[in-house]
Amino acid sequence: MSDFQIKAAPTTYDVIIIGSGAGGGMAAYELTKAGAKVCMLEAGQHFDPADPKYITQLKWPYQSPRRGASTKYRPFGDFDAAYGGWDIDGEPYTTKDNTKFRWFRSRMLGGRTNHWGRISLRFGPQDFKRKSIDGLGEDWPIGYEDVAPFYDEIDRLIGVFGSNENLPNDPDSIFLPAPKPRLHEMMLLKHNKRLGITTIPSRLSILTKQINEERGSCFYCSQCGRACVAYADFSSSSCLCKPAQKTSNLDIVYYAMAREVLTDPQTGLANGVSYVDTLSMEEKTVRGKVVVLAASACESARLLLNSKSARFPEGLANSSGVVGKYLHDSTGASRGAIVPTLFDRKRYNEDGVGGMHVYSPWWLDNKKLDFPRGYHIEYWGGMGMPAYGFGWGIEGINGMFPDRNGNKHEAGGYGASLKDDYRRFYGAYIGMAGRGEAVAREDNYCEIDPEKVDKFGIPVLRFHYKWSDYERLQAKHMHDTFEQIIQEMGGIALGKKPGADADYGLAEPGEIIHEVGTIRMGNDPKKSALNKWQQAHDVKNLFVVDAAPFVSQGDKNCTWTILALSMRASRHIVEERKAGNL
Amino acid sequence: MKRRNLLKGIGLGSLGMVGLSPQVKASEILNPLEGLEEKKKDPAFEQFGRTDYETARDAKLFAEQFFTKHEMKTISVLADIIIPRDSRSGSATDAGVPEFIEFMAKDKPELQTPLRGGIAWLDSQMKKRHEQDFISSTDVQRIAMVEDIAYPERKKSGMSQGIAFFSLMRNLTASGFWSSKIGIEDIGYQGNTPNQWDGPPEDVIKQYGL
Ligand SMILES: Cc1cc2nc3c(=O)[nH]c(=O)nc-3n(C[C@H](O)[C@H](O)[C@H](O)COP(=O)(O)OP(=O)(O)OC[C@H]3O[C@@H](n4cnc5c(N)ncnc54)[C@H](O)[C@@H]3O)c2cc1C
Ligand code: SF4
Repeated sequence: MSDFQIKAAPTTYDVIIIGSGAGGGMAAYELTKAGAKVCMLEAGQHFDPADPKYITQLKWPYQSPRRGASTKYRPFGDFDAAYGGWDIDGEPYTTKDNTKFRWFRSRMLGGRTNHWGRISLRFGPQDFKRKSIDGLGEDWPIGYEDVAPFYDEIDRLIGVFGSNENLPNDPDSIFLPAPKPRLHEMMLLKHNKRLGITTIPSRLSILTKQINEERGSCFYCSQCGRACVAYADFSSSSCLCKPAQKTSNLDIVYYAMAREVLTDPQTGLANGVSYVDTLSMEEKTVRGKVVVLAASACESARLLLNSKSARFPEGLANSSGVVGKYLHDSTGASRGAIVPTLFDRKRYNEDGVGGMHVYSPWWLDNKKLDFPRGYHIEYWGGMGMPAYGFGWGIEGINGMFPDRNGNKHEAGGYGASLKDDYRRFYGAYIGMAGRGEAVAREDNYCEIDPEKVDKFGIPVLRFHYKWSDYERLQAKHMHDTFEQIIQEMGGIALGKKPGADADYGLAEPGEIIHEVGTIRMGNDPKKSALNKWQQAHDVKNLFVVDAAPFVSQGDKNCTWTILALSMRASRHIVEERKAGNL
Repeated sequence: MKRRNLLKGIGLGSLGMVGLSPQVKASEILNPLEGLEEKKKDPAFEQFGRTDYETARDAKLFAEQFFTKHEMKTISVLADIIIPRDSRSGSATDAGVPEFIEFMAKDKPELQTPLRGGIAWLDSQMKKRHEQDFISSTDVQRIAMVEDIAYPERKKSGMSQGIAFFSLMRNLTASGFWSSKIGIEDIGYQGNTPNQWDGPPEDVIKQYGL
């Protein structure tokens, strides 16, 4: 590996970027194209989905001795393209006050974009102005019209399929053709129409048509989570970092764990980053004129809070005290079902793309409901590739249905009739998950743990996070909706509906992996850390381009907006440099 | 051990479904339902995008042996009772299920006690009934025992631990069988290959009136 080795860097870079995920990759792409000399620090290793040594795509479950089961190293299964997980050896995080926050991290080029779900939703006009609508939280210092041109550009640059539907808060875009629905998705379209639940083609950053020479088009293997050898799905590593490297303006330093942002005590400006070479454990420094944080929302907050100096005793860019606060993840709840009309289905290849082909954007008016913010529904089902866990729990299912001859069938069993049950039920399961907007609160936060450090000696994060009734009642509504849909389809919901004692099945904070808001932007430097260009109020050559600047996040998964905003902030850096302001 | 913990390790797509959001845990869906010796160094298991620490851990697991010969035999007999050969495909042992279970017990140590203890429970029951362990008993005796633990709703007294063990064996056997080459062919999964998706076949759309 041609790691860029530096101890005391001979050069001063124009820009140092920390992290190579969605935000960092986009910044590197934009800044190097504009001619800036950029150094990217990445804590993890190199990754290229087309390099045979990393490929897991199109492997069979029996090529894995655990048949694709998850391990600590691959929490989403043995073939998933994520190096990292919920727990990383030697890199702990802590919680307090019975918080159950979970933090998923990837340590690799491209960060979590190598295996993400590719659900690529623009925020709508209302998503930037929630306080004006319901009085809760805060409005963004920018509106949809500020971001729309950048959404348009990334639609063209990266590619996203979908359909124009003229919905008020789910903007039309520059879409590639959407794949046709699978059988269970056609059923959902039909039944949800009767129920008045808007259901439309999903919007995923997968190339159903080729858009340039560098990337191929999708061949429908349903395995985007394994990362695509054809680069037909978006990941920052292949679609942004790789082209940025081709400009020769980018040096990527792997195994470089940033410890803190360095500042000039006289000017108070950022002038470099100190990091630990995780292979040699050596402390190193790189110098730059502008520093861009993109280590992911919580990690960027950690970096600022750990960058303490006489001039910045509360951490860098934190005179407002908001750094770490307003942490919020999407809400989530899900339910599975079995649909007897799908028993003994005809077999054919219905892999499709790596994700659902239809989804339900938020379709109701919160003014008429007992919770303030909306959610969307994602669906799954069909004849997927069997792997570890296949058929698990059949003893809770096969007793519910008479056999093919109409005779009562006892739950459980063994032998030929059991073997046949698996065949009969294959492809008859469906499921759905709500993903909703939580209200950002000052008292949900991450902070520096006063005692613990990671193996590099860097103080770690401690989380404090509680759901409120806003989110609980939303989850309750999700479950009511799931049962309605399942019933309408003639399905049988599996398991019990979670009640108040189980927070209505609301996922633990962090579990939906859309953590945002920890270095929020705003016009008032007392209530925000960044201005509307994601530039620190206190340190004008410091920018944040991951999800930390988000004021709120709608019920839309956050990554498409990270990309659009990172592009916007990077263009601003280029303009300000030209104008001599940086 | 609670079922939920055993389900924890079930990963993405394990339910054989497409479009499943990776953050959805199989345990979340299933939990409420409450109620290779010679293949060890098989090169097919190598070289599929492993990180160094994974290669090292897998090599270590392959080098270890958890189950005794007796336990492996018991697992084999049970696996073939659960999924026997039929007109369409081979049996669980044909599909390498015992070797798979041996590997899983090392990979997920939380499986070890339920499996080892379950086998010991079974043998002690058989000794009480017939004065010999499970594998030394006759087919008829074995099946009579299995009948007592294969149907959770019969709730035969004194059998609940055996029922829990048999459910675990059933689930592991199914996992191993259906994810094998034989199982995948049998179930009729036709994907994992480049293709063009153009919606379900016409006759299927008609059949479901869509
Ligand atoms: C399973 C899964 C499914 C998802 N599905 C979707 C989806 O469908 N739609 C959607 O919008 N979002 C989805 N997400 C979320 C999405 O992946 C993230 O929002 C996105 O990747 C965030 O980008 P980022 O640039 O902020 O950080 P990341 O992608 O997390 O990248 C951060 C990078 O910084 C590096 N880094 C961290 N700390 C340091 C340090 N101190 N020094 C140097 N480098 C450092 C990390 O190694 C990493 O490479 C999903 C996430 C997961 C895990
Ligand atoms: S579904 Fe399409 S884009 Fe995704 S990995 Fe397969 S071929 Fe690539």
